[in-house]
Formats: sequence, C-alpha cells, structure tokens
Amino acid sequence: MANQPSGVPVDDTTLTEQGLNAPAAPAAGRVLLLACGALAREVLALKAANGWDHMDLTCLPANLHLYPEKITNAVEAAVHKHRASYDDIYVLYADCGTGGLLKAKCAELGVEMLQGPHCYSFFEGNANFAAHDDEITAFYLTDFLVRQFDAFVWKPMGLDRHPELLSMYFGNYTKLVYQAQIEDPTLKIQAEACAERLGLAFEYRFTGYGDLKDALASKAASDRAG
Amino acid sequence: MSDEEQDIVLAELSDEELTLQMHDDLYDGLKEEIEEGVNILLGRGWQPYDVLTKALVEGMRVVGIDFRDGILFVPEVLLAANAMKGGMAILKPLLAATGAPRMGRMVIGTVKGDIHDIGKNLVTMMMEGAGFEVHDLGINNPVENYLEALAEQETDILGMSALLTTTMPYMKVVIDTMIEQGIRDEYVVMVGGAPLNEEFAKAIGADAYCRDAAVAVETATDFMTRKHNQMSA
Repeated sequence: MANQPSGVPVDDTTLTEQGLNAPAAPAAGRVLLLACGALAREVLALKAANGWDHMDLTCLPANLHLYPEKITNAVEAAVHKHRASYDDIYVLYADCGTGGLLKAKCAELGVEMLQGPHCYSFFEGNANFAAHDDEITAFYLTDFLVRQFDAFVWKPMGLDRHPELLSMYFGNYTKLVYQAQIEDPTLKIQAEACAERLGLAFEYRFTGYGDLKDALASKAASDRAG
Repeated sequence: MSDEEQDIVLAELSDEELTLQMHDDLYDGLKEEIEEGVNILLGRGWQPYDVLTKALVEGMRVVGIDFRDGILFVPEVLLAANAMKGGMAILKPLLAATGAPRMGRMVIGTVKGDIHDIGKNLVTMMMEGAGFEVHDLGINNPVENYLEALAEQETDILGMSALLTTTMPYMKVVIDTMIEQGIRDEYVVMVGGAPLNEEFAKAIGADAYCRDAAVAVETATDFMTRKHNQMSA
C-alpha cells in the first residue's frame, strides 16, 4: 500500500493495485475516510478545497471491484485495523456489487457508509441517476476509470488477448457515458477512444463530485457540531 | 500450445484419446477443434447424447471447477463456452431426433432493467447440456414475459438473472406476482447473478441461489430427481 503524499497527486496504478496508507500518526479526534482507491483523487481534492484537515484518507485497492465479493471482508478488516487510532471512520464505498452485504456489515460495525448502488450513481447524484430509466444500455466511466480503462476493463475482460469476446461482453450496450468529475479535455479524448474501442456511441456528462461532495460536507458539518 | 500439440490429428486418435483431447480443447476454448471432434465422434457412430455428455459436458465440468477454484477466469470460461456452443449447434438438432433423455423444462431470463446475459447464457448452455429444454427469454424482462412463457408449456423451473444491485429486487416482483396468481408453488424458482447471495434468495422467496452455472445444473437436477421420486412414491 502506498504512503500518503501531502497534496501530491497519487499514482493511479498504485491506487488500483495497492491502495493508499493512512498517515502514520493520526492526531486524537481525527476522522478516517476509508475509501475505494478509485475515489482517492476526488476525496483529496475535496479535502483540500474545503479545508477538511481533520479527515485522513486511506484507500483499499480499487481493483477489489473486480471481485466485489471480497469488498465487505476487506472493509471490515480495515475498520478493525484503524479503529483504535480514530474516533470515527467513514466508509466511502457505495454498495458496489456487494448485494447489501457491505451495508449490513457497516451497520454491524457501527460505521457510516455512502448511499447508493455505485460511484456512477453518487457522482451523478443518486436521485438523478435513479431517474435514468432510459439508460439500461449505457456503460459508465468516471475520471478514474478512463485513466485506468486497460487495468479495469480491457485486460481483466481478456479483450487484450481475445478481442473476439467483445460482442459477448458489450453486445447489449449502445453507448458509453463518460461521467466527468473534472473538466479535462485530455480525459475526454481518452474516454471517446474507450468508446470507440468498445464499439459504443459516446456521451460526455459533467457530474462534478455529486453526492460524494454532499456526503463529506454533511460529515464535516456534523463533526464541527459534535 | 506447444508444437507437439499442434501436430495432433484428431481423426487419428482413439475414441478415448479423442474424448480427453476434446476436454483439453474445450478448456483452451478451441471452437473449431471441438466442432471437428464432435463430427468425428458422430461419424464413428456415437449417439449425439454420448458426444454431448462424455465429450462436451464433462469437459465443461472441469472448466466449471477450475473457475470456482480461481484457476480460470471469466474470459477463459467464455472462450470455453463459445467452443461448446459450436459443438452444441451440431448436436442440438440430432439430440431431438434421437430421443435423448429430457430432464425437464426451464424458462430463464435477465430481469427488467438489466441487459447483462453472460451468466444467463452460460446457465442456459449448461442446462441444455444436462438435458433440460430451456426457453431463454433474453434480457430486460418484465414480469409479464416470465408469466407468459411459464403458461405456454408445462415448465418445471423458472430461472432469473441480474447483475446489478439496482435490478435484482425485481426478482421479488416476479415471485410476488406468481404468489398473487396462485402459481408460485408450481415451479422451482432459481436465481443467480454477481451481487446475489443466499440471504437475498431466501428473502425474496426463491427456492435456490445458484452462484454459477454448474451449481444451477446440480440444483435443477436435484429438484427434478426429487420431483420424480415424489411422483413415483
């Protein structure tokens, strides 16, 4: 697991494969944000922009999403690991394919977690996302997933070795929606290239940080009040 | 594949060697070789049902075990499935014509709002390989599709699939509608899909959660055996 940089952007490959360590010596009364590695940059950006200095960040490897059945146990282990060092732990995962098991585990552990089914939903806003009845054939990418497209999509699906599998995976999809957290023309071009590789139409949708920002702001407000 | 393996001429192998080679070829996802092997065995007078069970299903059983054990991953399983599909395409018309054993009938489909069908397709293929007649409804099925298909012909099993946390609750809508219409107990309801688990299956009133295609076949076969035993008791 990578050590936490101070304001330095984190390497995406490290976030995918190893995650991010919490600071070595947290001060008393601090809050730990226990996040998916795919959210590291976004959480660090929100922390910096809002001055949430009482929150530390640690991330589990983002590639746990390739095996969602492992997420709940990994989060539980991390909560136990850090519990003694922090007054409060906030789990920055949505359901993420755990079928409700992560929610149940967080309730059992007495820690809060994000609302919603997955990051595609909370970046867009869970209410807005749920209203997309017409998007069942959409495949979503976030900033992180555009940057890590090969590591998350192309290689794990074996498309680098067996491109003939493309139609089995994506035959029912019609478009790729790039949900942008920041405005970055380079990422937009990369996302468009991803759509082309998958044989899908491309749609750009700026979301910003969506419900992630609101959830952290609420947390910060309740910390101040408490 | 090594040079030595590339030199293998399937037609020159004995039945036993060819069957084992076909297991290897399925494992390696070699569709053309599987199609060739199927035709060779049929040409030697094998019954289509024997080709299916001894060469294809047995080969896929090994693939299923290695997938469950984390030795094979989804891409390899899909390649193997694609190879088996090639063999099945040759055998399917012959199986009906030669009176192969029929285990039962299943209606299967991905639920409303969900377009993911890789797992469902694997289950369909393995169920057909195990002797079940399968009516595959495809993707994005509202409850009406399931009910119509169940009513069309005598059916034993309903299978529902979902990949998304957001779509899997629809399975309960289907089961609840079956209860309302008084037909729930006429069918065995099996559910599957990546975010599902045993607890969810129980909570929605399904009879079984099937974590993969091999478990689906085992579960369905077990239910049908029990059903036949009850009928003959």
